[in-house]
Amino acid sequence: MADDAHGGGGGHSPLEQFEIKPLMEIHLGGLDISFTNSAAFMVLSVVVVTVFLVVGAGRGAIVPGRWQAAAEGVYEFIANLLRDTVGEEGRKYFPIIFTLFMFILAGNMLGMLPYSFTFTSHIIVTLAMALVVFVGVTLLGLVKHGTHFFSLFVPPGTPLFMMPLLVPIEIISYFSRPVSLSVRLFANMLAGHTLLKVLALFVPLMGVAGVLPLALISALTGLEILIAFLQAYVFAILTCLYINDALHLH
Amino acid sequence: MEPEAAKLIGAGLAVIGMIGSGIGIGNVFGSFILAVGRNPAAEDNVKQMTFLGFALVEAIALFALVVALLLLFAF
Repeated sequence: MADDAHGGGGGHSPLEQFEIKPLMEIHLGGLDISFTNSAAFMVLSVVVVTVFLVVGAGRGAIVPGRWQAAAEGVYEFIANLLRDTVGEEGRKYFPIIFTLFMFILAGNMLGMLPYSFTFTSHIIVTLAMALVVFVGVTLLGLVKHGTHFFSLFVPPGTPLFMMPLLVPIEIISYFSRPVSLSVRLFANMLAGHTLLKVLALFVPLMGVAGVLPLALISALTGLEILIAFLQAYVFAILTCLYINDALHLH
Repeated sequence: MEPEAAKLIGAGLAVIGMIGSGIGIGNVFGSFILAVGRNPAAEDNVKQMTFLGFALVEAIALFALVVALLLLFAF
């Protein structure tokens, strides 16, 4: 997606911000495993989350200070989410859900900083995460229920003559889960950042009246921060719902 | 028709699909407002579902956008 011909003024394309640049070239046996800006922000995201949690809740004071309360608050948020969607047996899936949520949240939020790179705005990253969820949940269901897992595709109370129509539809909608999960996050981040960049291209062109697109950019940045949090939350809650489907087969 | 022109027209047509998401999001939040209006105590109960519903409907708009972007930049 580096087609500069479609960009706005000054020879800079609004899609330039999504370019992956290698920061440190590493070639191993013909493979290019350079440390890129995307990888740098993933590492930064992990560091930020780790520091937030370890320094925040490390002391374990009985009366929490603000930082500890925030770290415990995030933990409780996801724990409640799991308990509400999956039930008590959801506890053992807490690490993966919490990791996914915090990683995506930190990645999205770090992308809000100027001159940063949003690693969730690349479909390969979100697809990797969505496939982990999809394959993991399917394996979970197959291991727990064996071949009875395929009763997931037959909604309860379906008359027999409707099944040849309904079951293929259910199977297709089941396989659309990783697609929708990944595209939702990727497109939200891509669209948000592209919109901000396109508006930013207008600011120098309009001279004094450039405060108008600037005000709009400020408002949209606020909206983007909300969307950053919301998309991480939606990814987490949908993963919980898929785990619930696999465990409890409606 | 040149492929460039066809791509641009196709991309423009693809984004028309976002109308559906406009109606959908209006529906979701309208229902939320009505529900809270009738029963203010239910606000916290329905708020989580509302935001989940909003994100799911927004995703459909973005599927249409992704088709448009695919047409413009990947073909």
